[in-house]
Amino acid sequence: MMHRTPLILGKKTYKDISDDICALVERFPSPRFMLGLAGAQFLFLIFVLVQGAIVFKGLGLMGVSHPVGWATDIVTFVFWIGIGHAGTLISAILFLFRQKWRTSIARTAEAMTVFAVMTAGLFPILHVGRPWLAYWLLPYPNQRGPLWVNFRSPLIWDVFAVSTYATVSIVFWYVGMVPDFATVRDRAKNIWRKRIYGLLSLGWRGTAHDWNHYEMVYMLLAGLATPLVLSVHSIVSFDFAVSSLPGWHTTIFPPYFVAGAIFSGFGMCITLMTIFRALVPTIKDYITMEHLDVMNRIILATGMMVGYSYGSEFFVAWYSGVEYEQYMILNRALGPLNYSYWTMVTCNVLIPQIFWFRKMRRNLWVMFIVSIFVNIGMWFERFVITVTSLHRDFLPSNWGMFHFTMFDFGALFGSFGLFLTLFLLYLRVLPSVSIAEVKPVSKVGYEGGEHGHH
Amino acid sequence: MREASMGIIDKAISCISDKGQDGIAGIWDDEHKLVEAAKKTRDSGVVGFEAISPFPLHGIDEAMGIPLSFIPWVTFVFGLSGCAFGLWFTWWTSAVNWPILIGGKPMFSLPAFIPIMFELTILFGALSSVASLFFICGLPRVEPPVIDPDLTSHRFALFVPKTAKGFDKQRLMDLFKSLGADEVKETRF
Repeated sequence: MMHRTPLILGKKTYKDISDDICALVERFPSPRFMLGLAGAQFLFLIFVLVQGAIVFKGLGLMGVSHPVGWATDIVTFVFWIGIGHAGTLISAILFLFRQKWRTSIARTAEAMTVFAVMTAGLFPILHVGRPWLAYWLLPYPNQRGPLWVNFRSPLIWDVFAVSTYATVSIVFWYVGMVPDFATVRDRAKNIWRKRIYGLLSLGWRGTAHDWNHYEMVYMLLAGLATPLVLSVHSIVSFDFAVSSLPGWHTTIFPPYFVAGAIFSGFGMCITLMTIFRALVPTIKDYITMEHLDVMNRIILATGMMVGYSYGSEFFVAWYSGVEYEQYMILNRALGPLNYSYWTMVTCNVLIPQIFWFRKMRRNLWVMFIVSIFVNIGMWFERFVITVTSLHRDFLPSNWGMFHFTMFDFGALFGSFGLFLTLFLLYLRVLPSVSIAEVKPVSKVGYEGGEHGHH
Repeated sequence: MREASMGIIDKAISCISDKGQDGIAGIWDDEHKLVEAAKKTRDSGVVGFEAISPFPLHGIDEAMGIPLSFIPWVTFVFGLSGCAFGLWFTWWTSAVNWPILIGGKPMFSLPAFIPIMFELTILFGALSSVASLFFICGLPRVEPPVIDPDLTSHRFALFVPKTAKGFDKQRLMDLFKSLGADEVKETRF
């Protein structure tokens, strides 16, 4: 019989698990945590000011101009949407594959999804230039005919895909938290905590009949979220692939985008989990080195998948015999924006190779630094796809150059402020490990006779 | 008008504030003993009792004879409706209500409508599943009766309401004690 490593360290009893997880909600956070939150809020403030200026003055404050009409806003939108995908992979796809190790990180990964999609969703709305008219993207009966949206446009598919993704992710996340809210409610000594978490728990009682339906719905949502997550980044890639621009018009895009999304999402997941462990030491028994090791292996594997896609773009450019396609790929690697291409290749393909070594996969500093590189590399991947394709297309008279402004940087770095503020507040107010899901697997690896009946 | 609306709010609150029924509860600290006890209780002829646990218990459905949830059928029907709605809506807006020629594509451009149909299938399926979960479990519920606050943390209980078939206070208390219950009490749930 194979030896199973414990999923939760420290031989916890059920009460220990409730105490450990609820303590994060019940106790006043440490000074270190407050310092982290203050840093995140500072970045968030920059975001508010920069986006406020852009809305007030116009998109011209950013680097977008002819011929590069899509830049930081769209790049950052795709970046954040991609981040979200790893969360759904952990919470839904690994659930369907009955990977029990996912239970203690699923809640936080799902939170990452929700906040990443919220951050992402702002960018197309701000990119339309007049965000107060963004609701025109929705098909609602209006006094102009009614003039409906163009359902043949990938941009409208995107509206449906991203809003469905946001809705289903939030519902999945919330349904998972309902029993845990009931745990916090029943422990609460403070009347307001009891009321607020009681309201959030919707009066959950945990009867066998309730659990019977609950588990079924959880599985159904996982089953629905799985094709959904694959569809979302495929549809995001259609924004590019359905056009006829060299560098965009590619059939490889849907799988290439999905692999990249999972790669970048696991990168961000490692960043957040290492921060979580640093800010809240008690969580180390729940988010163990085993979890981080497995995630680093996924980073290695998906990093090579995106590397393969980069290679296949070269091959297809050569094999197609299309002059524009061939020029596009050479321009990416050797043209004026070549720094972005080589940053992408270095960060996404070369640096993760260090994870072939077990020692490196289990070193917190190494994985934190690599995960930051993965984040940088994946932002540049979307930059390469979007901007280097646009800045030199078919006619040389239509060529131009893209220059960053301070507002591009402000919007990008500021979005991390929004994301991290939401994430740190989540760690403070919501049960950040699924209490009800962790308890049934807490004995794995301790009982001699544990044979895994699933 | 105000009184009428107050009436509706009061009605809604009374509808979701279920104050429970009187009955007998046994509380265990070990989930395996609870599953065993549920089986014995059912074998002794009690029908309509309930098990309360902080997490889903392996084997409790078989022990209590709870059938497989029917919610997948709801998901299936609503998922199909979402898909059909997506097809109808894209067709009606693009080809019927105000047809506009775009890029020489047909008015009814089915391949382009598939992403919309797909997303609506998922959306309808997911929301209907959760709505039916809430409906079946009687959520939301205001201040539900609590047998023991530890039942959402580390203890497990069986509850037999007075109205259950085969309810006999003394017999059940003895049964629960003989099955190793750590606590047996009269309560509301």
